Amino acid sequence: MIFMFHIGRYFLLLKRAFSKPQKFRVYRKQFFFEINHIGISSLGIISIISIFMGGVVTTQAAFGFTSAWVPIYAVGFTTRESIILEFSPTIVSLLLAGKVGSNIASEIGSMRISEQIDAMDIMGVNSASFLIMPKILAAVFINPFLITISMFLGLLGGYTMGVFTGAVSSVQYITGIQYGFMAWKIWYALFKTAIFAFIITSIAAYNGYYTSGGALEVGKSSTRAVVWSSILILLADLLITQIVFTH
Amino acid sequence: MIEVKNISKTFGDRTVVSDVSFVFETGKTNLIIGESGSGKTTILKMMVGLLKPDTGAVEYDGRVFSEMNERQQQDVRKEIGMLFQGGALFDSMTVEENVAFPLRMFTDFKEEQIKERINFCLNKVKLENRNQLYPAELSGGMKKRASLARAIAGNPKYLFCDEPNSGLDPRTSLVIDDLILELTTEFNMTTVVITHDMNSVMQIGQKVMFLYGGKKWWEGDNKGVLTTTNKEVLDFVYASEFLKQLKPGLK
Repeated sequence: MIFMFHIGRYFLLLKRAFSKPQKFRVYRKQFFFEINHIGISSLGIISIISIFMGGVVTTQAAFGFTSAWVPIYAVGFTTRESIILEFSPTIVSLLLAGKVGSNIASEIGSMRISEQIDAMDIMGVNSASFLIMPKILAAVFINPFLITISMFLGLLGGYTMGVFTGAVSSVQYITGIQYGFMAWKIWYALFKTAIFAFIITSIAAYNGYYTSGGALEVGKSSTRAVVWSSILILLADLLITQIVFTH
Repeated sequence: MIEVKNISKTFGDRTVVSDVSFVFETGKTNLIIGESGSGKTTILKMMVGLLKPDTGAVEYDGRVFSEMNERQQQDVRKEIGMLFQGGALFDSMTVEENVAFPLRMFTDFKEEQIKERINFCLNKVKLENRNQLYPAELSGGMKKRASLARAIAGNPKYLFCDEPNSGLDPRTSLVIDDLILELTTEFNMTTVVITHDMNSVMQIGQKVMFLYGGKKWWEGDNKGVLTTTNKEVLDFVYASEFLKQLKPGLK
Protein backbone atom coordinates (compact mmCIF):
# COMPACT_ATOMS: atom_id res chain seq x y z
CA MET A 1 0.00 0.00 0.00
CA ILE A 2 2.79 2.42 0.98
CA PHE A 3 4.48 1.50 -2.31
CA MET A 4 1.42 2.64 -4.27
CA PHE A 5 1.35 5.85 -2.22
CA HIS A 6 4.93 6.64 -3.25
CA ILE A 7 4.26 5.82 -6.91
CA GLY A 8 1.21 8.08 -6.93
CA ARG A 9 3.01 10.92 -5.18
CA TYR A 10 6.02 10.52 -7.49
CA PHE A 11 3.88 10.99 -10.60
CA LEU A 12 1.98 13.90 -9.05
CA LEU A 13 5.31 15.56 -8.28
CA LEU A 14 6.44 15.00 -11.88
CA LYS A 15 3.21 16.57 -13.10
CA ARG A 16 3.93 19.65 -10.99
CA ALA A 17 7.58 19.65 -12.04
CA PHE A 18 6.71 19.62 -15.73
CA SER A 19 4.11 22.35 -15.60
CA LYS A 20 4.69 25.47 -17.70
CA PRO A 21 7.78 27.40 -16.54
CA GLN A 22 6.85 30.63 -14.77
CA LYS A 23 9.79 32.52 -16.25
CA PHE A 24 11.51 30.90 -19.20
CA ARG A 25 14.63 33.07 -18.88
CA VAL A 26 15.23 32.03 -15.26
CA TYR A 27 14.64 28.36 -16.07
CA ARG A 28 17.03 28.51 -19.02
CA LYS A 29 19.74 29.92 -16.77
CA GLN A 30 19.04 27.19 -14.22
CA PHE A 31 19.18 24.54 -16.97
CA PHE A 32 22.69 25.60 -18.00
CA PHE A 33 23.75 25.82 -14.36
CA GLU A 34 22.57 22.23 -13.84
CA ILE A 35 24.38 21.03 -16.97
CA ASN A 36 27.56 22.21 -15.35
CA HIS A 37 26.60 21.11 -11.85
CA ILE A 38 25.30 17.65 -12.75
CA GLY A 39 27.17 16.89 -15.95
CA ILE A 40 30.46 18.66 -16.45
CA SER A 41 31.49 18.29 -12.82
CA SER A 42 31.16 14.49 -13.18
CA LEU A 43 33.49 14.35 -16.15
CA GLY A 44 36.63 13.75 -14.05
CA ILE A 45 35.40 10.69 -12.20
CA ILE A 46 33.73 9.31 -15.35
CA SER A 47 36.99 9.65 -17.29
CA ILE A 48 39.07 7.89 -14.65
CA ILE A 49 36.60 5.03 -14.26
CA SER A 50 36.14 4.59 -18.00
CA ILE A 51 39.87 4.38 -18.74
CA PHE A 52 40.41 1.82 -15.99
CA MET A 53 37.30 -0.11 -16.96
CA GLY A 54 38.47 -0.38 -20.57
CA GLY A 55 41.89 -1.50 -19.40
CA VAL A 56 40.46 -4.19 -17.14
CA VAL A 57 38.03 -5.53 -19.76
CA THR A 58 40.82 -5.77 -22.34
CA THR A 59 43.17 -7.51 -19.94
CA GLN A 60 40.53 -10.01 -18.86
CA ALA A 61 39.52 -10.69 -22.46
CA ALA A 62 43.13 -11.18 -23.53
CA PHE A 63 43.79 -13.67 -20.76
CA GLY A 64 40.46 -15.39 -21.29
CA PHE A 65 40.85 -16.08 -24.99
CA THR A 66 43.44 -18.84 -24.90
CA SER A 67 41.93 -21.01 -27.62
CA ALA A 68 43.63 -21.00 -31.02
CA TRP A 69 40.15 -20.89 -32.58
CA VAL A 70 39.51 -17.42 -31.20
CA PRO A 71 41.31 -14.70 -33.18
CA ILE A 72 43.26 -12.23 -31.08
CA TYR A 73 41.33 -9.28 -32.50
CA ALA A 74 38.34 -10.69 -30.54
CA VAL A 75 39.88 -8.86 -27.57
CA GLY A 76 39.12 -5.50 -29.20
CA PHE A 77 35.70 -6.74 -30.31
CA THR A 78 34.82 -7.90 -26.78
CA THR A 79 36.04 -4.69 -25.24
CA ARG A 80 33.95 -2.62 -27.66
CA GLU A 81 30.79 -4.64 -27.14
CA SER A 82 31.16 -4.64 -23.35
CA ILE A 83 31.97 -0.95 -23.12
CA ILE A 84 29.32 0.31 -25.55
CA LEU A 85 26.47 -1.98 -24.60
CA GLU A 86 26.82 -2.19 -20.87
CA PHE A 87 29.77 -0.72 -19.03
CA SER A 88 29.50 2.87 -20.19
CA PRO A 89 25.71 3.34 -20.18
CA THR A 90 24.83 1.18 -17.19
CA ILE A 91 27.82 1.08 -14.87
CA VAL A 92 28.58 4.77 -15.33
CA SER A 93 24.90 5.56 -14.76
CA LEU A 94 25.04 3.55 -11.54
CA LEU A 95 28.07 5.59 -10.58
CA LEU A 96 26.15 8.79 -11.38
CA ALA A 97 23.23 7.53 -9.31
CA GLY A 98 25.64 7.55 -6.39
CA LYS A 99 27.32 10.84 -7.14
CA VAL A 100 24.60 12.97 -8.71
CA GLY A 101 21.61 11.23 -7.14
CA SER A 102 22.82 11.62 -3.58
CA ASN A 103 23.84 15.20 -4.33
CA ILE A 104 20.38 16.13 -5.65
CA ALA A 105 18.53 14.37 -2.83
CA SER A 106 20.64 15.98 -0.12
CA GLU A 107 20.54 19.41 -1.78
CA ILE A 108 16.75 19.45 -2.14
CA GLY A 109 16.30 17.71 1.22
CA SER A 110 18.40 20.36 2.98
CA MET A 111 16.37 23.05 1.26
CA ARG A 112 13.21 21.40 2.53
CA ILE A 113 14.26 21.15 6.17
CA SER A 114 15.67 24.69 6.23
CA GLU A 115 12.36 26.06 4.86
CA GLN A 116 13.94 27.26 1.61
CA ILE A 117 11.32 25.34 -0.39
CA ASP A 118 8.56 26.83 1.77
CA ALA A 119 10.06 30.25 1.06
CA MET A 120 9.80 29.58 -2.69
CA ASP A 121 6.23 28.35 -2.39
CA ILE A 122 5.20 31.38 -0.36
CA MET A 123 6.73 33.70 -2.96
CA GLY A 124 4.41 32.07 -5.48
CA VAL A 125 7.16 30.06 -7.17
CA ASN A 126 6.32 26.52 -8.27
CA SER A 127 9.18 25.02 -6.26
CA ALA A 128 8.80 21.54 -7.78
CA SER A 129 9.11 22.94 -11.26
CA PHE A 130 11.94 25.35 -10.51
CA LEU A 131 14.04 22.84 -8.58
CA ILE A 132 13.32 19.60 -10.41
CA MET A 133 12.60 20.25 -14.09
CA PRO A 134 15.96 21.89 -14.97
CA LYS A 135 17.82 19.06 -13.20
CA ILE A 136 15.97 16.33 -15.11
CA LEU A 137 16.26 18.08 -18.46
CA ALA A 138 19.93 18.88 -17.91
CA ALA A 139 20.77 15.28 -17.00
CA VAL A 140 18.78 13.80 -19.89
CA PHE A 141 20.58 16.21 -22.22
CA ILE A 142 24.14 15.99 -20.92
CA ASN A 143 24.44 12.36 -19.78
CA PRO A 144 24.46 10.92 -23.34
CA PHE A 145 27.44 13.19 -24.09
CA LEU A 146 29.18 12.03 -20.93
CA ILE A 147 28.56 8.41 -21.85
CA THR A 148 29.88 8.99 -25.37
CA ILE A 149 33.08 10.34 -23.83
CA SER A 150 33.11 7.37 -21.46
CA MET A 151 32.85 4.96 -24.42
CA PHE A 152 35.73 6.63 -26.19
CA LEU A 153 37.90 6.68 -23.07
CA GLY A 154 37.00 3.09 -22.26
CA LEU A 155 38.17 1.95 -25.68
CA LEU A 156 41.25 4.12 -25.34
CA GLY A 157 41.98 2.62 -21.93
CA GLY A 158 41.60 -0.85 -23.44
CA TYR A 159 43.95 0.03 -26.29
CA THR A 160 46.57 1.47 -23.96
CA MET A 161 46.46 -1.50 -21.60
CA GLY A 162 46.33 -4.09 -24.36
CA VAL A 163 49.14 -2.63 -26.44
CA PHE A 164 51.46 -1.65 -23.60
CA THR A 165 51.23 -5.03 -21.88
CA GLY A 166 51.65 -6.80 -25.18
CA ALA A 167 48.35 -8.66 -24.79
CA VAL A 168 47.20 -7.46 -28.19
CA SER A 169 48.82 -5.51 -31.00
CA SER A 170 47.64 -2.09 -32.05
CA VAL A 171 46.41 -3.36 -35.42
CA GLN A 172 44.59 -6.34 -33.91
CA TYR A 173 42.88 -4.19 -31.31
CA ILE A 174 41.73 -1.64 -33.90
CA THR A 175 40.58 -4.43 -36.20
CA GLY A 176 38.62 -5.86 -33.30
CA ILE A 177 36.86 -2.67 -32.36
CA GLN A 178 35.89 -2.15 -36.02
CA TYR A 179 34.75 -5.73 -36.57
CA GLY A 180 31.01 -6.10 -37.17
CA PHE A 181 30.33 -2.61 -35.89
CA MET A 182 26.68 -1.62 -35.92
CA ALA A 183 25.96 2.05 -35.30
CA TRP A 184 22.50 1.43 -33.86
CA LYS A 185 24.10 -0.06 -30.77
CA ILE A 186 25.52 3.38 -29.95
CA TRP A 187 22.05 4.90 -30.27
CA TYR A 188 20.61 2.12 -28.17
CA ALA A 189 23.20 2.82 -25.45
CA LEU A 190 22.55 6.55 -25.57
CA PHE A 191 18.80 5.99 -25.40
CA LYS A 192 19.32 3.83 -22.33
CA THR A 193 21.50 6.54 -20.84
CA ALA A 194 18.78 9.17 -21.27
CA ILE A 195 16.25 6.90 -19.54
CA PHE A 196 18.71 6.26 -16.71
CA ALA A 197 19.38 10.00 -16.39
CA PHE A 198 15.65 10.58 -15.97
CA ILE A 199 15.47 7.86 -13.31
CA ILE A 200 18.48 9.16 -11.39
CA THR A 201 17.34 12.78 -11.22
CA SER A 202 13.62 12.24 -10.74
CA ILE A 203 13.99 9.60 -8.01
CA ALA A 204 16.60 11.69 -6.20
CA ALA A 205 14.48 14.84 -6.49
CA TYR A 206 11.41 12.97 -5.21
CA ASN A 207 13.27 11.70 -2.18
CA GLY A 208 14.76 15.11 -1.45
CA TYR A 209 11.53 17.03 -1.99
CA TYR A 210 9.58 14.96 0.51
CA THR A 211 12.23 14.94 3.22
CA SER A 212 10.91 15.85 6.62
CA GLY A 213 12.73 16.17 9.91
CA GLY A 214 16.39 17.04 10.27
CA ALA A 215 19.88 16.23 9.09
CA LEU A 216 19.42 12.51 9.80
CA GLU A 217 16.44 12.37 7.45
CA VAL A 218 18.40 14.18 4.73
CA GLY A 219 20.99 11.42 4.95
CA LYS A 220 18.27 8.77 4.78
CA SER A 221 16.68 10.45 1.75
CA SER A 222 20.02 10.53 0.04
CA THR A 223 20.61 6.83 0.70
CA ARG A 224 17.08 5.94 -0.43
CA ALA A 225 17.60 7.91 -3.62
CA VAL A 226 20.76 5.98 -4.49
CA VAL A 227 19.28 2.58 -3.62
CA TRP A 228 16.03 3.09 -5.53
CA SER A 229 17.56 4.72 -8.57
CA SER A 230 20.16 1.90 -8.79
CA ILE A 231 17.45 -0.76 -8.61
CA LEU A 232 15.31 1.04 -11.19
CA ILE A 233 18.28 1.54 -13.51
CA LEU A 234 18.96 -2.20 -13.49
CA LEU A 235 15.27 -2.96 -13.98
CA ALA A 236 15.01 -0.49 -16.86
CA ASP A 237 18.21 -1.90 -18.36
CA LEU A 238 16.73 -5.39 -18.32
CA LEU A 239 13.47 -4.23 -19.88
CA ILE A 240 15.07 -2.13 -22.61
CA THR A 241 17.58 -4.87 -23.47
CA GLN A 242 14.81 -7.44 -23.58
CA ILE A 243 12.72 -5.25 -25.89
CA VAL A 244 15.56 -4.23 -28.21
CA PHE A 245 17.36 -7.55 -28.54
CA THR A 246 14.37 -9.85 -28.79
CA HIS A 247 12.30 -7.83 -31.27
CA MET B 1 -6.56 43.20 5.43
CA ILE B 2 -6.39 39.48 6.13
CA GLU B 3 -9.23 37.74 7.84
CA VAL B 4 -9.21 34.27 9.30
CA LYS B 5 -12.66 32.88 9.94
CA ASN B 6 -13.23 29.98 12.32
CA ILE B 7 -10.15 28.06 11.21
CA SER B 8 -9.30 24.74 12.81
CA LYS B 9 -6.58 22.17 12.25
CA THR B 10 -6.19 18.68 13.65
CA PHE B 11 -3.21 16.36 13.28
CA GLY B 12 -4.26 12.78 14.03
CA ASP B 13 -6.32 13.05 17.19
CA ARG B 14 -4.63 16.26 18.36
CA THR B 15 -6.41 19.53 17.68
CA VAL B 16 -3.72 22.16 17.24
CA VAL B 17 -5.91 25.10 16.22
CA SER B 18 -9.53 25.31 17.23
CA ASP B 19 -12.07 27.72 15.76
CA VAL B 20 -9.84 30.81 15.56
CA SER B 21 -11.14 34.02 14.00
CA PHE B 22 -9.20 37.25 13.73
CA VAL B 23 -8.86 40.33 11.54
CA PHE B 24 -5.29 41.37 10.65
CA GLU B 25 -5.47 45.06 9.82
CA THR B 26 -3.72 46.90 7.02
CA GLY B 27 -0.93 49.29 7.97
CA LYS B 28 -0.54 47.66 11.37
CA THR B 29 1.74 45.09 12.92
CA ASN B 30 -0.57 42.29 14.00
CA LEU B 31 1.03 39.94 16.50
CA ILE B 32 0.14 36.36 17.29
CA ILE B 33 1.57 35.49 20.67
CA GLY B 34 1.41 32.45 22.90
CA GLU B 35 3.44 29.68 24.44
CA SER B 36 5.32 27.14 22.38
CA GLY B 37 2.87 24.60 20.96
CA SER B 38 -0.11 26.95 21.21
CA GLY B 39 -0.71 26.80 17.43
CA LYS B 40 0.91 30.06 16.27
CA THR B 41 2.99 28.59 13.45
CA THR B 42 0.14 26.31 12.36
CA ILE B 43 -2.11 29.36 11.95
CA LEU B 44 0.57 31.13 9.95
CA LYS B 45 1.07 28.08 7.72
CA MET B 46 -2.67 27.95 7.09
CA MET B 47 -2.69 31.65 6.28
CA VAL B 48 0.00 31.31 3.62
CA GLY B 49 -1.35 28.03 2.27
CA LEU B 50 1.38 25.66 3.42
CA LEU B 51 -1.37 23.86 5.35
CA LYS B 52 -5.03 23.62 4.48
CA PRO B 53 -7.45 24.39 7.31
CA ASP B 54 -9.82 21.53 8.20
CA THR B 55 -12.59 24.06 8.66
CA GLY B 56 -12.94 27.81 8.20
CA ALA B 57 -11.49 30.24 5.67
CA VAL B 58 -8.61 32.64 5.11
CA GLU B 59 -9.40 35.80 3.15
CA TYR B 60 -7.01 38.32 1.63
CA ASP B 61 -8.94 41.56 1.10
CA GLY B 62 -12.10 39.56 0.49
CA ARG B 63 -10.45 36.88 -1.69
CA VAL B 64 -11.03 33.46 -0.15
CA PHE B 65 -7.48 32.13 -0.29
CA SER B 66 -8.18 28.78 1.34
CA GLU B 67 -10.66 27.86 -1.41
CA MET B 68 -8.36 28.75 -4.33
CA ASN B 69 -6.54 26.25 -6.54
CA GLU B 70 -2.74 26.16 -6.63
CA ARG B 71 -2.41 28.59 -9.56
CA GLN B 72 -4.73 31.15 -7.96
CA GLN B 73 -2.89 30.81 -4.66
CA GLN B 74 0.40 31.42 -6.46
CA ASP B 75 -0.99 34.70 -7.76
CA VAL B 76 -1.94 35.86 -4.26
CA ARG B 77 1.40 34.69 -2.92
CA LYS B 78 3.16 37.10 -5.25
CA GLU B 79 1.73 39.79 -2.97
CA ILE B 80 3.20 38.12 0.12
CA GLY B 81 6.61 38.57 1.68
CA MET B 82 7.78 36.32 4.45
CA LEU B 83 10.54 36.44 6.99
CA PHE B 84 11.28 32.93 8.22
CA GLN B 85 12.50 32.01 11.66
CA GLY B 86 15.83 30.77 10.29
CA GLY B 87 15.93 33.23 7.42
CA ALA B 88 15.42 30.52 4.77
CA LEU B 89 17.83 32.29 2.45
CA PHE B 90 18.85 30.23 -0.56
CA ASP B 91 22.27 28.83 0.37
CA SER B 92 23.54 28.64 -3.18
CA MET B 93 22.84 32.32 -3.87
CA THR B 94 24.48 35.50 -2.65
CA VAL B 95 22.51 38.08 -0.66
CA GLU B 96 22.01 40.03 -3.86
CA GLU B 97 20.76 37.00 -5.78
CA ASN B 98 18.41 36.13 -2.93
CA VAL B 99 16.84 39.57 -3.00
CA ALA B 100 16.70 39.55 -6.78
CA PHE B 101 15.06 36.13 -6.96
CA PRO B 102 11.38 37.22 -6.72
CA LEU B 103 12.10 40.13 -9.04
CA ARG B 104 13.69 37.94 -11.72
CA MET B 105 10.89 35.43 -11.32
CA PHE B 106 7.88 37.69 -11.45
CA THR B 107 8.80 41.01 -13.02
CA ASP B 108 10.08 42.12 -16.39
CA PHE B 109 12.55 44.52 -14.79
CA LYS B 110 15.78 45.15 -16.63
CA GLU B 111 19.00 44.24 -14.82
CA GLU B 112 19.65 47.91 -13.89
CA GLN B 113 16.20 48.19 -12.35
CA ILE B 114 16.72 44.95 -10.44
CA LYS B 115 20.07 46.20 -9.21
CA GLU B 116 18.47 49.46 -8.12
CA ARG B 117 15.73 47.62 -6.24
CA ILE B 118 18.25 45.29 -4.57
CA ASN B 119 20.25 48.23 -3.29
CA PHE B 120 17.08 49.99 -2.13
CA CYS B 121 15.96 46.94 -0.15
CA LEU B 122 19.40 46.27 1.32
CA ASN B 123 19.68 49.92 2.33
CA LYS B 124 16.28 49.70 4.01
CA VAL B 125 17.45 46.82 6.18
CA LYS B 126 20.88 48.41 6.66
CA LEU B 127 22.81 45.74 4.80
CA GLU B 128 24.63 47.97 2.36
CA ASN B 129 27.69 46.52 0.65
CA ARG B 130 26.89 42.98 1.70
CA ASN B 131 25.56 42.10 -1.76
CA GLN B 132 28.13 39.48 -2.63
CA LEU B 133 28.15 37.56 0.63
CA TYR B 134 26.64 34.09 0.89
CA PRO B 135 24.18 33.24 3.70
CA ALA B 136 26.84 31.10 5.40
CA GLU B 137 28.98 34.24 5.76
CA LEU B 138 26.27 36.23 7.57
CA SER B 139 25.52 36.50 11.29
CA GLY B 140 22.06 35.55 12.61
CA GLY B 141 20.86 39.15 12.63
CA MET B 142 22.21 39.80 9.15
CA LYS B 143 20.46 36.70 7.84
CA LYS B 144 17.16 37.99 9.24
CA ARG B 145 17.74 41.40 7.66
CA ALA B 146 18.68 39.86 4.32
CA SER B 147 15.57 37.71 4.51
CA LEU B 148 13.53 40.82 5.27
CA ALA B 149 15.07 42.56 2.27
CA ARG B 150 14.04 39.60 0.09
CA ALA B 151 10.57 39.66 1.62
CA ILE B 152 10.00 43.30 0.70
CA ALA B 153 11.72 43.13 -2.70
CA GLY B 154 8.51 42.38 -4.56
CA ASN B 155 6.72 45.28 -2.86
CA PRO B 156 4.33 42.98 -0.98
CA LYS B 157 0.92 43.93 0.40
CA TYR B 158 1.22 41.35 3.14
CA LEU B 159 4.26 40.62 5.29
CA PHE B 160 4.56 37.55 7.51
CA CYS B 161 7.28 37.20 10.12
CA ASP B 162 7.76 33.89 11.91
CA GLU B 163 9.53 34.53 15.20
CA PRO B 164 11.77 37.27 13.81
CA ASN B 165 13.72 37.61 17.07
CA SER B 166 14.49 34.00 17.84
CA GLY B 167 18.18 33.42 18.37
CA LEU B 168 19.03 37.12 18.39
CA ASP B 169 20.46 39.26 21.16
CA PRO B 170 18.12 41.93 22.64
CA ARG B 171 19.75 44.81 20.78
CA THR B 172 19.58 43.10 17.38
CA SER B 173 16.01 42.05 18.17
CA LEU B 174 15.09 45.69 18.63
CA VAL B 175 16.66 46.56 15.29
CA ILE B 176 14.59 43.88 13.56
CA ASP B 177 11.41 44.98 15.36
CA ASP B 178 12.00 48.61 14.41
CA LEU B 179 12.55 47.58 10.80
CA ILE B 180 9.32 45.59 10.71
CA LEU B 181 7.36 48.48 12.18
CA GLU B 182 9.00 51.03 9.90
CA LEU B 183 8.40 48.97 6.75
CA THR B 184 4.80 48.24 7.72
CA THR B 185 4.04 51.92 8.20
CA GLU B 186 6.01 53.13 5.19
CA PHE B 187 4.58 50.64 2.71
CA ASN B 188 1.15 50.30 4.38
CA MET B 189 1.44 46.53 4.56
CA THR B 190 -0.66 44.07 6.50
CA THR B 191 1.99 42.60 8.74
CA VAL B 192 1.56 39.43 10.76
CA VAL B 193 4.24 38.64 13.32
CA ILE B 194 4.49 35.46 15.33
CA THR B 195 6.44 35.84 18.51
CA HIS B 196 6.74 34.90 22.14
CA ASP B 197 9.18 37.70 22.81
CA MET B 198 7.63 40.23 25.19
CA ASN B 199 10.02 42.97 24.10
CA SER B 200 8.60 42.61 20.59
CA VAL B 201 5.06 42.68 21.88
CA MET B 202 5.71 45.96 23.68
CA GLN B 203 7.71 47.41 20.80
CA ILE B 204 5.49 46.62 17.82
CA GLY B 205 2.26 45.06 19.12
CA GLN B 206 -0.27 47.39 17.51
CA LYS B 207 -2.76 44.55 17.51
CA VAL B 208 -2.25 41.37 19.49
CA MET B 209 -3.93 37.97 19.54
CA PHE B 210 -3.04 35.62 22.38
CA LEU B 211 -3.40 31.91 21.68
CA TYR B 212 -3.78 29.34 24.39
CA GLY B 213 -4.18 25.63 23.72
CA GLY B 214 -4.95 26.30 20.05
CA LYS B 215 -7.76 28.75 20.85
CA LYS B 216 -7.92 32.51 20.64
CA TRP B 217 -7.83 33.43 24.30
CA TRP B 218 -7.49 37.16 24.22
CA GLU B 219 -7.07 40.07 21.81
CA GLY B 220 -6.03 43.68 22.28
CA ASP B 221 -2.86 45.71 21.89
CA ASN B 222 0.53 46.06 23.58
CA LYS B 223 -0.86 48.25 26.34
CA GLY B 224 -3.77 45.92 26.99
CA VAL B 225 -1.40 42.99 27.44
CA LEU B 226 -0.11 44.59 30.65
CA THR B 227 -3.45 45.69 32.02
CA THR B 228 -5.63 42.68 31.24
CA THR B 229 -6.99 40.54 34.03
CA ASN B 230 -6.89 37.40 31.90
CA LYS B 231 -4.94 34.90 33.99
CA GLU B 232 -3.35 32.98 31.08
CA VAL B 233 -2.17 36.19 29.42
CA LEU B 234 -0.70 37.44 32.68
CA ASP B 235 1.00 34.07 33.28
CA PHE B 236 2.56 34.41 29.84
CA VAL B 237 3.58 38.05 30.23
CA TYR B 238 4.90 37.75 33.74
CA ALA B 239 6.43 34.31 33.34
CA SER B 240 9.53 34.76 35.47
CA GLU B 241 9.69 35.33 39.23
CA PHE B 242 11.52 38.57 38.55
CA LEU B 243 8.71 39.95 36.39
CA LYS B 244 6.04 38.76 38.81
CA GLN B 245 7.49 41.15 41.37
CA LEU B 246 6.64 43.99 38.99
CA LYS B 247 2.98 43.06 39.12
CA PRO B 248 1.87 43.09 42.76
CA GLY B 249 -0.96 40.73 43.56
CA LEU B 250 -0.05 38.26 40.80
CA LYS B 251 0.31 34.63 41.90
